[in-house]
Amino acid sequence: MSDLKHTDIEDGTEQITTDPTDAREKMRAGSMTYTLMPWIVGAVLLVIMPFIFTSNSALTIMNQMWITVVFALSYNMLLGQGGMLSFGHAVYAGVGGFAAMHIMNASDFFASFPLPVLPLFAGLFGMGLALIVGSFSTRNAGTVFAMISLGVGELIAACSVIIVAFFGGEEGISGDRTYAMPFFGNEFLQQIDVYYLTSFWVLLSAVLMYLWSRTPVGRMANAVRDNPERAEFLGYSARWVRFYSFVASGFFAGIAGGLFAINYEILTEENLNTASSGVILLVTFLGGVGFFFGPIIGAVVFTLVQTVLSLQTELWAFYAGVLFLATVMFFPGGLAGLIMMHVPAFKTGRAGTLVMPYIKTLLPAAVGVLAVSALVEMTFHVRHAATGDYDMTLFWTTFNSHSLLPWIIAIAVAVLAFWITRRNMPELRAAWATANTAREGTV
Amino acid sequence: MELILVNVIDGLVTGLLLFMLSAGLTLIFSMMGVLNFAHASFYMLGAYFAYQISLALGFWMGLLLAPLIVGVLGAGVERYGLRRVHQYGHVPELIFTFGLALLIEELVQFIWGKNQMPYDIPDILNFTAFSIAGNSIPAYKIFMIFISVAIFIGLLYILTRTRVGMIIQAALSYPRTVEALGHNVPLIFMGVFGVGTALAGVAGVIAGPVLGTFPGMAFVLGSIVFVTIVIGGLGSLWGALVASLLIGWLTTFAKSYNIEMSNILNGIGIVTPSNLEDNIFRDLWTVTSPQIADILPYILMVLILIFRPAGLFGKRHT
Repeated sequence: MSDLKHTDIEDGTEQITTDPTDAREKMRAGSMTYTLMPWIVGAVLLVIMPFIFTSNSALTIMNQMWITVVFALSYNMLLGQGGMLSFGHAVYAGVGGFAAMHIMNASDFFASFPLPVLPLFAGLFGMGLALIVGSFSTRNAGTVFAMISLGVGELIAACSVIIVAFFGGEEGISGDRTYAMPFFGNEFLQQIDVYYLTSFWVLLSAVLMYLWSRTPVGRMANAVRDNPERAEFLGYSARWVRFYSFVASGFFAGIAGGLFAINYEILTEENLNTASSGVILLVTFLGGVGFFFGPIIGAVVFTLVQTVLSLQTELWAFYAGVLFLATVMFFPGGLAGLIMMHVPAFKTGRAGTLVMPYIKTLLPAAVGVLAVSALVEMTFHVRHAATGDYDMTLFWTTFNSHSLLPWIIAIAVAVLAFWITRRNMPELRAAWATANTAREGTV
Repeated sequence: MELILVNVIDGLVTGLLLFMLSAGLTLIFSMMGVLNFAHASFYMLGAYFAYQISLALGFWMGLLLAPLIVGVLGAGVERYGLRRVHQYGHVPELIFTFGLALLIEELVQFIWGKNQMPYDIPDILNFTAFSIAGNSIPAYKIFMIFISVAIFIGLLYILTRTRVGMIIQAALSYPRTVEALGHNVPLIFMGVFGVGTALAGVAGVIAGPVLGTFPGMAFVLGSIVFVTIVIGGLGSLWGALVASLLIGWLTTFAKSYNIEMSNILNGIGIVTPSNLEDNIFRDLWTVTSPQIADILPYILMVLILIFRPAGLFGKRHT
């Protein structure tokens, strides 16, 4: 695995650099220097969002989004920063959530502290489980780690049906968050109160996770991910470095679980089964594992796709699957990687030249994708609608899905749109090349 | 005694079915070094294709054609999907197959819907072969055993006795050298992937009528197949066989003998607490073996990975 290149830089010290043109380097975290600015913007956004989207359902979606953000960020501590692929990450969030629920139901203890403290307990329980599992699973990275995580994940998910005392069996356990000690007179009866509680924890966890990635332990996690052997020669135990990341990740996953418990007041087996673990892998990878903010984008986009698209079509999971596969195949850096590709163009000050070519290719491409999805929807309607039900509504038009005309229109639009995209592609490539070359005289 | 024999046969059927899946998976693993998460999805596709073909041409044509179609699909996935993702490294490859598994499940639901398909045992095999002390053994089970054993022998023969098998084995261990000798290694890899998925397709065709042909069938068996090859040792064909049979018998026996945890605990000298309802370990005391039969393979896998990470027959440390 020694694909790192050694280069001598000017002052004579040897440094390892990663070659950004190498395809697999796109997977790795770029070392970006952050300022305080993104955090302030994030905090302001968190505060003003409920004033823009005031409805209760919007608040629910946003809560869901922020919880997924914490969960995805904690997952990326393993996958992106530590190079550990886990197929059972939901159990740490789930166990944290179940523990929070039990604390909620222990009325005397629960009444002795305000509700905002509860996610901390959930985090500690998630961390406790991670301590136990991590003690044997972090010995190896790679396939062995992935398989142990899968095995443990399946085990705990199966136990949740058997061990009724803790997991509540099939129906799960529920509680009431309002029994906590009032927090400055607030009993968290309203959705908006819960929103700000969640926002506070999201911001706090994100800042802590970011700071963690800047500590020596966090940096060593990157080193161990890239070249465990070399890290060992430097005197660091790869196993312990992995273990610390794993435990910290379990802690933040537990916090996500605790927030879930506060929001929904019910936890079931669904919160810790393998499907949930798969979803969080999907979310994180979609956002991009190479950058710290990748999972945040992934969580926001995925939650939107899930909630908005699932209202529109039964086939949303199908589209999500296609999107995910396309991401893995064509943009392994995820959405964050896609955004960061444009940084050089902005630095040379030529990003503006990209706008027109982008419109010329992406607009017809989007139309083409919509036309193809219309074909998919029509096929689905023909196959699965009730017999005799020929009318379907798509893009605000109602038509007969068994007649030929809509099919011809959809196919024609798709072909035409993709033809235009293809024709304008060279222009975009040329514009991309010029935008990314430094101007004469500047380097 | 008779019950033991019946369970041995049942476990053998389950184990050999698992083996057909794990054999392909373990071959693909030794080739690419990556677990194919979508392997069980090809098993599901095999069942669905066979059902669709059997409607028009009957069961036997389904048994013949469905694995071929699945194999061609698998080869296509390797050629146009995995080979492309390969350049990014192992983790994206694993994630790609994971995404593919999700997509195939959605695709199957899209085409055939969410309900179970009426894919049944063909009439010619729908009789009782023999019975042991009142327990009838259907002929279809014997048929499944024969098909799986035939495939195992065929696979072993091709891999160890023929020229093609030698080249494949060499290509698995030293791809560069084999390429230098003038063989088309990417084509070999594509072929192995195709054959591996076709084997999964065969398993799907013959398991579909017994275990049911529904969109969740890949999910039910998928993770057990991984567990099998991890226990057997990644990349080892014999390991896959032993582990498949082990898991087949373990789950079958655990399901048919109702062993209670309280009996075991009493047996080793722990007395049942008097107020069991209030005890926090009450669920542990009431656990029975049929309840935990399905998670026994996972327990076994975690134990194996802790104490012998290379698996039972695994040679190298991954």
